[in-house]
Amino acid sequence: MKAESFEKIVDHALADRQLQVALDRGTTRGVNARLLAMSETTDAQALRHQARLARERALNQLPELLEQLERNIIANGGHVLWARDAAELNQHVLTICRQHNVRRVVKGKSMVTEETALNHALEQEGIDVVESDLGEYIIQLAGETPSHIVFPMLHKTKEATAQLLHDKLGMPLTDQPEAMTRFVRGVMRQKYLQADLGISGVNFAIAETGTIATVENEGNNRLSISAPPVHVAVMGLEKVIATWEDYAVLVQLLARSATGQRMTVYNNLISGPRRPDEPDGPEAFYLIILDNGRSRILASEYAESLACIRCGACLNACPVYQNIGGHAYGWVYPGPIGSIITPLLRGPLTAPKLPYASSLCGACQAACPVEINIPDMLLKLRRDLVQAGDPSLGWRLGMKGWAVAFKSPMLYRLGGRIAGWLTRVLARGKGHLRWLPPPFNGWTAHRDFPAFGTPSFRERYLRRFKGQPHDSKKP
Amino acid sequence: MQLAAYQRLPPVGEYNLYRRRMLPLPGMAKRVAYFVTCIADTVFPEIGEAAFEVLARAGVTPEFPLGQTCCGQPAFNAGFTDEARQVAEHFVEVFAGYEAIVTPSGSCASMVKHYYPALFRGHPRQADALHIAARTYELTEYLVDVLGVRDLGVALPRPTRAAIHDACHGYRGLGIARQPRLLLSHVRNLTLVEMVGHDQCCGFGGLFAIKMSAISGAMLRDKLAAIQDADCDLVITGDASCMMHINGGLSRAGSPKRVVHIAQVLAGALK
Repeated sequence: MKAESFEKIVDHALADRQLQVALDRGTTRGVNARLLAMSETTDAQALRHQARLARERALNQLPELLEQLERNIIANGGHVLWARDAAELNQHVLTICRQHNVRRVVKGKSMVTEETALNHALEQEGIDVVESDLGEYIIQLAGETPSHIVFPMLHKTKEATAQLLHDKLGMPLTDQPEAMTRFVRGVMRQKYLQADLGISGVNFAIAETGTIATVENEGNNRLSISAPPVHVAVMGLEKVIATWEDYAVLVQLLARSATGQRMTVYNNLISGPRRPDEPDGPEAFYLIILDNGRSRILASEYAESLACIRCGACLNACPVYQNIGGHAYGWVYPGPIGSIITPLLRGPLTAPKLPYASSLCGACQAACPVEINIPDMLLKLRRDLVQAGDPSLGWRLGMKGWAVAFKSPMLYRLGGRIAGWLTRVLARGKGHLRWLPPPFNGWTAHRDFPAFGTPSFRERYLRRFKGQPHDSKKP
Repeated sequence: MQLAAYQRLPPVGEYNLYRRRMLPLPGMAKRVAYFVTCIADTVFPEIGEAAFEVLARAGVTPEFPLGQTCCGQPAFNAGFTDEARQVAEHFVEVFAGYEAIVTPSGSCASMVKHYYPALFRGHPRQADALHIAARTYELTEYLVDVLGVRDLGVALPRPTRAAIHDACHGYRGLGIARQPRLLLSHVRNLTLVEMVGHDQCCGFGGLFAIKMSAISGAMLRDKLAAIQDADCDLVITGDASCMMHINGGLSRAGSPKRVVHIAQVLAGALK
């Protein structure tokens, strides 16, 4: 991402009326739904803390749990494949497609496949992929990418969606979401029946029994993984958890934090392919476990970011996300958590603006169901950027000068006097300035700057307590 | 000040509890330091004065260590850890050994409390930094939780409806929400109203307002709209920086509403 391109994308986003309406509606609904659902629990803080501990337990014994998961899935009749990076994951899927003569794929919602751009890789091999999640399907029709982890089309108003479905599929125009859903449902039915392979993401992988869990509200995921003869599940390696007890805690918080539901409508638990005594289900089951930089994060001081359960609560709560939307973040994972994992997964210098795109207000941490300290990690990423020499020479010199002045009481006072005098001259008696020179013009672009008061507090204090030895240290 | 005999004991080893005044011993005079913050010293000295006045009114006339400058947050938040540490070292030099350090800013207090321990890990002054981090208080937190103050006996000049803007670092960082409401509920002529988005960031964020000016400006517009819609004549907040930011927006928008610092209300300094 180029330096000016981030600012340009932000400017476009802020000027896009339709996007602003969609963001207002979507994030407000998300925040309110979560607060209501969390307030119903007897002790939301205790629940959050339990969830945090469940995630920590998993991360602290990740290699062992992954091996246990693999053993149990194989024992259940499934296959486990490991992917070091995005290309390897896509290659695994293509190999499976070739083995099973797959022409048509239907896919449930999965952020990991967005990360590896799997749809593109399949299409290049002439394989037809259809997203079965309503939001993802609409995004696919529009040729766009998701702008939210949970609500992929949060950037689109229902009005724009109706127009899209009308243009692409000939749906009669309506402003009723229910009517649009019914229409897409009719289109989708055939796709499930024709598909040779179904792909799904994974919300949790329970190591002790080798079970993968997915949550959803449309039943699309359940159909995608049970109707076609082959099921491929893909997960980031941090998705594994130890026990069913941990699942019970986490799944409650995921639903409440993501959509404000007590429980999602569908909770799918898959422990392998169809067994001989079962009437339906896929004949083959594959689980692909993706690293793509995660084990490097686990070994770093940012391991906490892997505790994320992808509920999207921090996106809704973030006043920056509320204003710029998900696409401005430039990659698959937007919002506060995206500002952390994007530079961590792709390298800090690929997204040097993201850690700074935060006022450090802490709303994300307050919303996080697993108490991830996002502001502190943003600060550490900023520190890393400074150490990597990212800020311009001007900023670096400015900061050095600032430190020299502010560690010397004499220079601090002198600087304060000069700045105070300058602001009063420039304010010309009005009490505030409407213009400041660069780089401070960013301030006056949107707000006035006050003329400094005079005399300073220190001088007022000295006048008041003249001669009284209030301070023994050197001034 | 007359020092008690135990206070004149020579330091034993590197760290001496008595010398550092870790233990509030019976009969020991409370030495409270006032950290005015750079912004309330130079930009808004009236806030610095008001907060000092409030402490005096509550019966604690603090010392004002004359060499103080800044906590180091501007550099720290920009990722310039070394520069921040240099200024923090000066802060520790100035404030080491006090019983309590009180400051009219949740943001500066949170910088000292949350980030000094890590900033001074393995540093020769680590013990002092830890002591300071544990003994630094935001003004209303100190008044309510430490001194047990409720009613400061002040009144506003005329009946006023006021909303609180909860400044982020105090609110989420230090959990300050109850204390200002409690103190303000005892101010005569003041009716507190809740504002939609009272805990939503105004977009200040230090250098964020300059480096990410457009996003910060959009956040400010959301805040101004909330203030405009709120049924209040006045907005009260606990951080001078948020006040500066929101007032800059209100004045640019030509709004008659203003934000004041809670110390100005509690000192009875509003005209």
